[in-house]
Amino acid sequence: MDAIRVICSRTAILPVTNVDTDQIIPARFLTTTTREGLGRQLFSDWRYHADGSPKPDFLLNRPEAAGCQILVAGRNFGCGSSREHAPWALLDYGFRAVISTEIADIFRNNSLKNGLLPVVVDEPTSAWLIEHPGAEITLDLERTSLILPDGRAVTFPIETFARHCLLNGVDELGFLLSQHERIAAYERGAT
Amino acid sequence: MSARTPKTLFEKVWEQHLVVPETADTPAVLYIDLHLTHEVTTPQAFALLRERGAGVRRPERTLATMDHSTPTLTEQVFGGAPITNASAAEQIRIFERNCREFGIELFGLRSAERGIVHIIGPELGLTQPGMTIVCGDSHTSTHGAFGALAFGIGTTEVGHVLATQCLLQRKPATIAINVSRQLRPGVTAKDLILAIIGRIGVSGGTGHAIEYRGPAIRALSMEERMTVCNMSIEAGARAGLIAPDETTFAYLADRPRAPRGADWERALERWRQLPTDDNACFDRSIDVEADLIEPMITYGTNPGMVIPISGRIPEKRNDPVFDKALRYMGFVAGDAILDKSVNVVFVGSCTNSRLSDLRLAARVIDGHKVADGVLMLVVPGSQRIKRAAEAEGLDAVFRAAGAEWRESGCSMCIGMNGDTVPSGAYSVSTSNRNFEGRQGVGARTLLASPATAAAAAIRGRITDPREFLHD
Repeated sequence: MDAIRVICSRTAILPVTNVDTDQIIPARFLTTTTREGLGRQLFSDWRYHADGSPKPDFLLNRPEAAGCQILVAGRNFGCGSSREHAPWALLDYGFRAVISTEIADIFRNNSLKNGLLPVVVDEPTSAWLIEHPGAEITLDLERTSLILPDGRAVTFPIETFARHCLLNGVDELGFLLSQHERIAAYERGAT
Repeated sequence: MSARTPKTLFEKVWEQHLVVPETADTPAVLYIDLHLTHEVTTPQAFALLRERGAGVRRPERTLATMDHSTPTLTEQVFGGAPITNASAAEQIRIFERNCREFGIELFGLRSAERGIVHIIGPELGLTQPGMTIVCGDSHTSTHGAFGALAFGIGTTEVGHVLATQCLLQRKPATIAINVSRQLRPGVTAKDLILAIIGRIGVSGGTGHAIEYRGPAIRALSMEERMTVCNMSIEAGARAGLIAPDETTFAYLADRPRAPRGADWERALERWRQLPTDDNACFDRSIDVEADLIEPMITYGTNPGMVIPISGRIPEKRNDPVFDKALRYMGFVAGDAILDKSVNVVFVGSCTNSRLSDLRLAARVIDGHKVADGVLMLVVPGSQRIKRAAEAEGLDAVFRAAGAEWRESGCSMCIGMNGDTVPSGAYSVSTSNRNFEGRQGVGARTLLASPATAAAAAIRGRITDPREFLHD
């Protein structure tokens, strides 16, 4: 996992509430056995017609979305299934952060474990971002702040340990494995 | 002895599984008693173990089954016809190899014990009160019906549990949902949970563990309690719990993997300590009156878009997302949902594929025919349930009505196994998600109880199931 410190990018706006993981990556693509290559299928049913041709109005098919690393979506992004294929698809496509007023629990956890930054902001900030598609913003993970083009900074919450892992590009498994003695002690007591 | 702080069921289970308590800097290390796995969310987790040179710490605490991408046609399961989806077949083969290599017990495709992962844990008696249970599947909340703390995890976390039998977790907040009085005849546990989701919304439970309480919950059977806890995630809550009681213990007694003899007595003693103490505090509390609930049905593209079956599709001004959902469904605000036409009926899924669900659907459809032009698929939750249903002739009732009777699996709930709803078709489904395309590209799903589904199959239109439920 690459370390994240600062993400500077234009925003791509998906002003839809309750975007579920079946929209992010439909179940028929989950027969894969690797993490790679899911970007092509990201938002597949909103992005392509049945014959595979692109739907020109959809966000990812519009020229202004090209190269955007930050996705801004409506409330409750990532609800539904636990499929980690959802953050894998977003990352494989090229997104590095998702901003919403509310992000579903399992999706948020899965994102943090893969280096996709889940950013929860208040209603006014979200409304400003949605009204200004393509705004060039900065997500500073060290300062846990979102910096708008006029220099205003908005703090976003992020779990301390997850932030540590993201800043250093380390995963949680190393930490868990280092707890071996205490896990063994627990098992001796519990069984 | 000094007076102890009153605790909730959730807090008791949480505290009993703390290997390392949480601090400001680090989440808690939580021990996992039972890890359930399936073919779809594990291949990358086993790859992670190989990358890190890690083994499986406690293989006997992980159980594997196949359900999501497995076919339900008998000839594809037991031979005679190939699995049509080559990548699904490959995923199944890889899962078999991973389980063999890491020493994990697997109920393979042709096993008599195979079934949907959330069906077989309880039916084997593996799911027990006070346990922590996880699975790479969001409907793991089902197991909370036994007073277990059970929640869905992603594939990376599946790897964590395999390698360490632990997870890093922040303690969620708690919600009490108090359900007073009793459900009326013809109103099921599915209607209750749909009404609750309609009330609190699809993100109403985010960041919380729910405990369902009150006389209407106490009166539910274990199978009904599983239906309620199953859909906790559809309200955004990862976990939903119900305190264990005599109903729980009676269900578990003599199950193949439940404790026996002196172990059973000791377990009972432990389990009786689990219910929430009087005066314990929840972070939030919601009151629901069971006798006000009607049979419920969804009309939109998430489970919170739900109305009583006698209701009308609501109107929302200046809400383009709501309008888009109605356009997808081909519905108009203000219309009654009754008498809308139906093309497909699906009875199955981890929400409603247990024996009592099949009995209810059979009771409604017995002596009737599936309407012309309607496809009805009945998919038992496990091979055990399939055999039990056949032993009492339920398969014959469904077949005589013109429904298809299949091998167990997730089937049309997720549509990644060959069972799909055609684009534009209306499906009344006993499953848990009516998201766009969930049952197939362009499929239009209406979630409801097995009784409502069976009634829709008979008429080919949305019908109040109570018309068919006279004694």
